[in-house]
Order: sequence, then C-alpha cells, then structure tokens
Amino acid sequence: MKADVPPSGPPLVELKGISKRYGDLLANDEIDLSIEPGEIHALLGENGAGKSTLVKILYGVIEPSAGEIRWEGQPITIASPVEARSLGLGMVFQHFSLFDELSVAENIAVALSDDWSLSTVRDKLGEISRTYGLALDADRAVWTLSAGERQRIEIVRCLLQNPRLLILDEPTSVLTPQEAEHLFTTLDRLSEEGCSILYISHKLEEVRRLCRRATILRAGRVVATIDPRASSAREIAALMVGNAVGDIRTDAPHHPQGETLRVSNLSMTPAGLHGQALRDINLVARAGEVVGIAGVAGNGQSELFAALSGERLADHPESIAINGKLSGAMGIDARRRLGAAFVPEERLGHAAAPTHSLSENTLISHAATEVSRSGFILMNAARRVARSIVQGFDVRTPEGDPQARKLSGGNLQKFVIGREIIRRPKLIIVDQPTWGVDAGAARLIRQALVDLAREGSAVVVISQDLDELFEVADRMAVIHQGTLSPLRPIGEWTKEAVGLEMLGVAQAQGGAHAV
Amino acid sequence: MTTFEAILLTIVTASTPLLIAALGELVTERSGVLNLGVEGMMVMGAACSFAAAVTFDSTLIGVVAGMLAGALMAALFALLVLGFAANQTGSGLALTILGLGLSGLIGAPFVGARRDPVAPIDIPGLSDIPVIGRLFFEQDLFVYASIVLTILVGLYLMRTRSGLTLRSIGENHTSANALGLPVWRVRFWAILFGGACAGLAGAYLALVYTRFWSPGMTAGRGWIALALVVFAAWRPGWVLVGAYIFGAATVLQLHAQAAQFGVPSQVLSAVPYLATILALLLLSIRHGRAIGAPGSLGVPFVPDR
Repeated sequence: MKADVPPSGPPLVELKGISKRYGDLLANDEIDLSIEPGEIHALLGENGAGKSTLVKILYGVIEPSAGEIRWEGQPITIASPVEARSLGLGMVFQHFSLFDELSVAENIAVALSDDWSLSTVRDKLGEISRTYGLALDADRAVWTLSAGERQRIEIVRCLLQNPRLLILDEPTSVLTPQEAEHLFTTLDRLSEEGCSILYISHKLEEVRRLCRRATILRAGRVVATIDPRASSAREIAALMVGNAVGDIRTDAPHHPQGETLRVSNLSMTPAGLHGQALRDINLVARAGEVVGIAGVAGNGQSELFAALSGERLADHPESIAINGKLSGAMGIDARRRLGAAFVPEERLGHAAAPTHSLSENTLISHAATEVSRSGFILMNAARRVARSIVQGFDVRTPEGDPQARKLSGGNLQKFVIGREIIRRPKLIIVDQPTWGVDAGAARLIRQALVDLAREGSAVVVISQDLDELFEVADRMAVIHQGTLSPLRPIGEWTKEAVGLEMLGVAQAQGGAHAV
Repeated sequence: MTTFEAILLTIVTASTPLLIAALGELVTERSGVLNLGVEGMMVMGAACSFAAAVTFDSTLIGVVAGMLAGALMAALFALLVLGFAANQTGSGLALTILGLGLSGLIGAPFVGARRDPVAPIDIPGLSDIPVIGRLFFEQDLFVYASIVLTILVGLYLMRTRSGLTLRSIGENHTSANALGLPVWRVRFWAILFGGACAGLAGAYLALVYTRFWSPGMTAGRGWIALALVVFAAWRPGWVLVGAYIFGAATVLQLHAQAAQFGVPSQVLSAVPYLATILALLLLSIRHGRAIGAPGSLGVPFVPDR
C-alpha cells in the first residue's frame, strides 16, 4: 500500500536488509523500511519485536550486523548519534535522555553542537515554544517538571537542529489524553512543513489517527506494511501478536459486598526529596470488584502503594482497614497475614530479587505459607510453588529454575503477579500491572486479575494505562497531586472526564467529570 | 611577626594540599567516577617530586615529576575502571595500597635528605599591611595557584560548554551516551586531572610543608580530601571553605596541645575532623536541596553496542 501522495524523488531514508545479532538472538532480521519526505510512518510491534533495536541502529547508537542504510538514495553509514544528528535525524527517547539536576536550557544545550551558547539556546527556546505551542521555562531544573514537560524538552531539543526526520519512541506512554492530542497537533504541523516522522508505538488508535503507513514488526521481522486507516485495530493487533487477541472476559460482577479495604482520610508527607504528599485519601474496595486508580505518573501512585502495602506506615492506624482490622500501623507481613497481597511497580529489585532463583523468590511473599517452617526454608516446597506459578501463568523460562533477572520483563511480571494470586489473597493491590509488557502477557495478567475478583477477592489496580483500566475496572478514581477523585462506576467515566481529572481541572470547573 | 600571624600562616600551609587534592577529585567525581586512590596518588606525588627535586636540585622539576606520578597512577586506575569497567571502589582502594608501597620503595634512598624552603612571593606594598598583609600577599606560588585553580574549576564546570558536558556525563552516562557525548574520553581526562592534582598536593607536602621525605607522610590527607568533596556537596567554593576549616583546626589543636588545657591529646587530634563535619553539615543544612552526588557516581559504564 502507498501513501496518499505518490513520492516524486527517492525516499528520505531507506533501510535494506538490516540485521542485528546478539549472540544467539536475532533482534533484527533483514528489515526493509522506507520513509518519504514529510511522511508520518508508524513502526508497530510488541515489546521485544525489535523496534528499539532498529531505531537505535538508525540513530547510530548501535551498529547493524548486516544491511544497508540509504539517505536520499545515497548509501551511508551512521557511526554515532552525532553523525545522525548532522544528517538531520532527531530522536525523542522513550525513557528520556535528560539530566535531572540540570536546567531545561542546559539539557538542551548539551545535545547541540558547540556553537550554541546557553543564551542563544534561551532565545531560540522562546521562539520555538511560541511557534509550536511547547511552553517551557528555560531555568527550571528538570526534576521539577512533569513527564509531558520533559518530553517537550526532548522535542524542542530535536527541533532546534532543524531535523529532516524525527524519531519518537512510544511518545504518549507518559502523557494524559490532552497532552497526547497536543503532541499530535505538533506532529501534524511538522509533517506539513516537510519533516518526516518515524512514530514507534503499540497503541493502535493513535497510529490510525496520525499515520498513513505503518510497518509492523514481529520477532525481529517485517510482517507487513499497511495503511493503518484501512485496517481494523483487531487486524493490526493480530499481525503484531501473530494470532488473534481475544478480549478479556468480564462477566457482570456479582454484587460485590463487604469492605475488604477501607482507606479513610489518609494523608502522608512525601518520603523523599522529589516525592508527592498524599492528601486526605478515601477509598473502599469490596470483595468481588476491581477498583482502578488512574493518573499520570508521579502524582502519588507510588506513595499510595507504599501506604497501602505497609512499606510506609500511616500516622493513624485507623486510616487503613483490611478485612475490618485497623492496619495503618501494621508492617507488610502483618498485612499479608490478614489476606492481602501486593505487587509493586518495579519488578526487578522491588518485586523480585534479581540474582535469586524463582523458587527463592517465592519466599519473599510466601512467609506464611508452606515454603517455610519455624524459620527454615523448605526448598522442595518452594520449588514446587515456583513450578506451579510457571505452569499456571505461562511464564517462559530459559531453564528450570532461573535467576529472576534472566526472565524477560513480561515473563517476570507474570511470575510476580502469579506468585501473589496463587496465594488466593482476599485483597490484592497491583501497581502498573502491565507496564512495558507485551500484549499477550498483558492480556493474561488482566484476565487473571479479573478472574480473581470474580472469585470474591477485592482487586485494586493502579495504572497509567487508561485502556487497561476501562477494560478491567468496575469502579475507578483518578489520582492527581496526591488527591484522589471520588470512586465512580466505570460506565460513568469518559476518557475526556478522566483526562480532566488527570490535569486537576475537573474540580476547578465545578465537577465537569460527571458526564 | 606576632604568634597570631604565624598561626594564620601555618593554617594556609596546612590547607593548601587538601584544597588542591580535593579539587582534582571533585572534577573526577563530577564526571561520575569515584577514585578512592587519592591517598595513593598523593603519596606517590610526594615521593617522586622529592626524589626528582633532590636529584636535579630543582623544585620545578620536582613539581612536574609529582604531577606526572599522580597522573600515571590515575591512568592505571582509568585503565581498570574505564577499560575493563572494573569496580571503582575496589580499584581505588587497590591504588591507595599500591601507592603507599611503591612510594616507600622510590623514596627509600632519599630518607634523611632535606630541601631548602621555597621562597614566598612578596607582593610589594600590599604585604606590608598589618596582620592580613603577610597572610594574603606573601605566600608561596602554590597557595596563589590553589586559589586560582578553585576559581578556574568553578568557572569550567558551571560556565563552559565542556564543563556542561562533563557534568551531564556524571549525572547520567546512559543519557549522555545516547546523545553521543564522549563518555569515556571525558572521564579519562577527568581522572587524569584528579591524579595530577593529587600529585601536586603530594609535591607541596614534600617540597614546601615538610621539606623531607618519610614513608606514608601523607598521613590520611588523601582521605580527608575525599571526604571534603562529599561534605562540600561537589562544589568548588565549598571545598575551599572546608579545606581551610580543616587546616585551621589541624593547626589550632597543635597549639592547644602545647598550651596544656588538660584535655587528652587524642581528643584534640580529633577536633579537626569533627570541626569539618560540623561546619559543612551546617552549610549544607542551610543550603537545603540539591546536595546530591552526581547521578552516575561510582557506576561502571557499559554501553550496549
């Protein structure tokens, strides 16, 4: 399929037969890709499909094992990001390449060539901000900024170099819907001005909104190049995953009853220098329902999780009740013994010990079950538990009982979620259950959480992924700057209403969220 | 010259080597590398500078030899931590042990030799001002150089392009690499600069402060320089303040011991260390935020390629 306007000259950039091998793993296998001037081209694929490897090759961060790159028809090699930038490539990274303690202007200047002084950066920054509506304060330190503002720095950094091709790696994963829409407007405008854009994503809706051509990768290979507007989201998803992705089964909730978790007027000061305070949080999770908590990263989600799990104790024991017991002053293990289970956001290092085997990792949260007796570890029992998690949750392991760090992100996440669910907890609190996890694993995890709720447990899901919450949650609230909106049934929320709450404007507008 | 003036002069002499060594380490750490080998590089600087100065009867050659020795030790450290991405703590400790041993060997033939004092530079007119005149305007070249160096390091880090690059690399080497900044090259030169400064500090000890060589004569000053960098929150100006507080406490406790206050001498010997901690603690409390270490400090850099 073709772009709407047939190209006249050679494509701006053309990749031919690009391969990259890491040991036994072929991360990129003979990839062909071409981008026309002014085109917004999508690169779609699951985690681990080879998208990041490919753009790193294009940006000169890693070198390909084989293949050819042509720039306006001429074969070239891109040996470093500096060379890539001098060609006119700009890149907005998924995990921002910013320096927290430096100011906005310094962060921009450091990526530019030597003839940019800080004062010219400041002047140009003002100009670009006005032209593209990317407001930024030159002298703020980066750590004080929101994710959306940080991304603006990255984009402005690229725009200052007059790019011919802008690469964006999962740009909306940290943005509110409103911020994302703002970004799309900017990208449309750039494209009209003749700048090509390579847009990497696994969110189909936004690809259909922005792009006329999409190249789909699976397991390091190009499986198709399509017009995303001419295919349904389901067809594209099937191409990405390799088989049809089913929907989550969510039977109507049988009437949830009994308050498994009650949080009353919970307030907390921030733990660290850059932390967020919690303000007067009220929340009830009943047996049999999934409660979703939406919000942009850094608005108090980690703090709320720490308070609920007992990593930080509340000032008043009565602010948290689990199964009717006042547990605000109880530690994590005491709360587990009340039937609660917790899955923190960070899998490696927080939910699992990286250099310990899976069976040893079961001990972390299974202190009260069969894996230990009077202080001694029962290794056979631990291995048995690990094996049943691996089998029950489709965890793909490189060997029988590997170290946790040897599992891929998605498989480790399945393991840590499975480790909690297998205990049949009365209450489970999960922070970002499918962050950076491929579609297949995400579906399995969501289904497991929904199933657990249907069996009569209370499930609390804290997530930045709105689509996920709309899929699994029965009731939902939004956290913004440490304040939680009222919990409402999922049917009463619209994406716009959630977006307004995420920006904290809903209350200001007098309850515009009750759409 | 009154006793008071004499005390002030010795404070300056005691503070200068700390200041020079700490400035070098500060630059190294700002680039994200923790070099615990300051003591070893310093003592090598002392041994080599003294040996060279006696052999060629030249203070200048001595100083150059001291800086070269420090830089050479630093180059060895750089080979380990940059070339082989070795653990920086272990490599630094090994460097100190190596330096203490090797300097004993190099200095052995020169035990008992003495050098003449280095003539102070007298700025005519200004040095005649009572009390502060001699303190500020009749010092040896090293003292002036150390002050100038503090200013230059501050300007370099905060006001130059290259300094911004160095700070960025120290803050987050993964991001820096993704942007195409030369992580290894910048760190190599930063380590070498740290080594040369430690060597210069050692040379100052041997050629100006004591004017003789004895094994292990740095007596922990390298460690104090390291601590100063931390307490000074990686800021050159505060390193200057810290070095002088420590120098003052060192000298004053000697006088206090001589005056026989009836306090155990061990307690008095500990005073400089306590004073440094206390003063810099107060400074950092008042200053509030942003006293964090460089983000990538001590983390080996291994790019995916």
